[in-house]
Amino acid sequence: MSALLTVSDVHIAYGKVEAVRGVSLDVAENEIVTIIGANGAGKSTLLNAVMGILPLKGRATFAGTDLTPLDIEDRVASGLSLVPEHRELFGSMNVEDNLELGAFRIAKATAAISIEKVYALFPRLKERRKQLAGTLSGGEQQMLAMGRALMGAPKLLMLDEPSLGLAPIIVADIFRIVSELRAAGVSVLLVEQNAQAALQIADRAYVMELGEFVLSGTAKEIAANKGVAASYLGFQYEGESAI
Amino acid sequence: MNTTIMLFLLQDGITNGAIYALLGLALVLVFAVTRVILIPQGEFVTYGALSYAMLAAGQVPGTVRLAVAMGVVAFGLDLFFARKALRAKLVLRSAALNIVFPVALLALTYALVGPKTPMAVNIALALLIVAAIGLFLYRIAFQPIAHTSVLVLLIAAVGCHLALQGLGLVFFGAEGLRGPALSSAAVTAGPLRFTGQSLAVYALTVAFIVGLWLFFGYTRTGKALRATAVNRLGARLVGIRTSLSGQIAFLLASVIGALSGILIVPITTLYYDTGFLIGLKGFIAAIIGGLVSYPLTAVAAIVVGIVEAFSSFYASNFKEVIVFFLILPVLVLRSLAAPAVEEEKD
Repeated sequence: MSALLTVSDVHIAYGKVEAVRGVSLDVAENEIVTIIGANGAGKSTLLNAVMGILPLKGRATFAGTDLTPLDIEDRVASGLSLVPEHRELFGSMNVEDNLELGAFRIAKATAAISIEKVYALFPRLKERRKQLAGTLSGGEQQMLAMGRALMGAPKLLMLDEPSLGLAPIIVADIFRIVSELRAAGVSVLLVEQNAQAALQIADRAYVMELGEFVLSGTAKEIAANKGVAASYLGFQYEGESAI
Repeated sequence: MNTTIMLFLLQDGITNGAIYALLGLALVLVFAVTRVILIPQGEFVTYGALSYAMLAAGQVPGTVRLAVAMGVVAFGLDLFFARKALRAKLVLRSAALNIVFPVALLALTYALVGPKTPMAVNIALALLIVAAIGLFLYRIAFQPIAHTSVLVLLIAAVGCHLALQGLGLVFFGAEGLRGPALSSAAVTAGPLRFTGQSLAVYALTVAFIVGLWLFFGYTRTGKALRATAVNRLGARLVGIRTSLSGQIAFLLASVIGALSGILIVPITTLYYDTGFLIGLKGFIAAIIGGLVSYPLTAVAAIVVGIVEAFSSFYASNFKEVIVFFLILPVLVLRSLAAPAVEEEKD
C-alpha cells in the first residue's frame, strides 16, 4: 500500500497560539485512519489545514504532489475532499442541486452515474431529492454532506465528527457506510470524539491530546490500550466492578 | 388630471422602471455572490451609453484604452498572487483573458469604427468594452479583499465609483451625448404611442429576467453562483472558485448596466455623471427587495419608475426627494421585522 496523504512535522497556529505542534501522519490507499481525542485537541484544525482552509507550516503531500502551494479548489481537483464539522451545505437549494454541485469539477455524464451511486448508498436522499437542504434533519444533512463530497469522486475523504449530535441509530448507519467506502476504493481520514465507533471501523488510529499525537498504531492496539480505554472508551480497568 | 395624462405617466414610469429593474437585479446578483454593494453600477450605465454614442459618431471612446490598462494591471496582480506557484497554464490563461482579450478589442474597435459602422456592431463593441472593464474591476479592486467585511467592500465600491466617474469626465467630456435610437418604428394604441425604443426596453428587460431565471435555475454555472451566495466555504469545498463566481457576477452586472445605458441614451441626454443617479434608483429597488429577492426587486423597480413619473408631473422640484423617500418606510419596516442582524461570518 502506498501513502496517499503524508503530513510531516506540521505546525498550525491561530495567530500566536499554536493549536497543532509537530504532527506527522500518513494515510495509505484503501485505508481508514482515525484521529481520536478530546474536544479542543486540534483534530479539526489539522483537517482544515490539510484542506487548505487554514495555513500550515511543515510538509504535506497528497498523491505525490506538494499541497502547500495549492488552494482549496486545487486540492479538491486533486482528489481530496472534506466534510466539515458544520457540513457547509447549500441550505436554500434542494438535495439534488447540492449533489450536482458536488460534481462541479466532474463531466456531466460521469456526474449522472455518481448521483445514482450516492442514492444507492443513501436511499433517504433520493426520497428527499426535491427538499431544501436546510429543512433536512441532522442525520439527513450529514448524509447529504457525505454524498456531496462523494459526488466529486475523491481519492481521500476527510470526515470531521460525522456523528456529532446524531441519534445512535443514525450514527451506526453512517459508520456502516464509511466502512463500505473502503470497498469502493475511497480512503477515509476520520476525526471522531466517538472513539469506540471510530476504532471499530478504522485500520489505524492516532490519539491526539493538546495539539500533539500521543499514541498511534493499529485500531486494535489503540482500542486495547488501557490509557485510551480509560480516557476515551469509558472503561474502568482499576477497581472495576464484577457484574 | 385626465386619463390620457395618467396613461402617459404610467407608460413613462414603466419604461424607466424596466431600466431600474435591470439595474436592481444586477445589484442583487452582485451582492448575493460577492457581498459588494455595487455603487459603480451607475458608471457601467454611463460607460455603456456614452461609448455607444461615441462609436455611433465614428469616434474611438477612451473606455477601450481603459480596458487595456486595467487588463495589464489585472495580469500583474494575477502574476503577483501566484508568484509562489507560477505554472505555465496559469500564466497563459491569465494572459489570454487580461492581455489578449482587451488588446484584440482595442484593435477591433480601431478597425471597425467609422460613421457608417452598423448599429449592431457599435452596440456589441460598447457591451464588450464595458464587460471587460467590469471583469477587471472585480479582479483589481474586489478580489484581493473578497474575504473582508461588507463595510470594507462598500468603501472600495465608493472609491471605484469616484475613480470611474472622474475617468468618465476625461473620456467623454462635460458635455452630454445622445445616441441613435435602436428603431424608429412606432405603434399607436388609443391615445398612447409606443416608440420602437420603449418596446425594445420592455422586450430586453423581460428577456434578461427570463434569461437570468433560466441561468440560475438550470445551468451548472448559475447554480454554482447561487451556491457561492449561499455558502462560500461550502462552494470552495466542492471546487467552485469563488473568485470566478465574483468575476461572472461582475461581468453580468457590467453587461446589464451597459445595456441599460444603451437603451436610455437615445431617450435622454446622458452626462458622465448621470449614471450614479440612475444606479441609485435601481439601488432603491434592490433595497426594497432586501438585496436578496429578484422578483420583489423587479416589482419595486416598476413602482419606483411610476412614482418618479407621477412626482415629476406634480412636483418636479421634489422628484428625486419623493423617489428616495420610498426607501424610508421600507427600512423602518425591515428593521422592525428583524431587530438585530449580526453580519454573517465568512
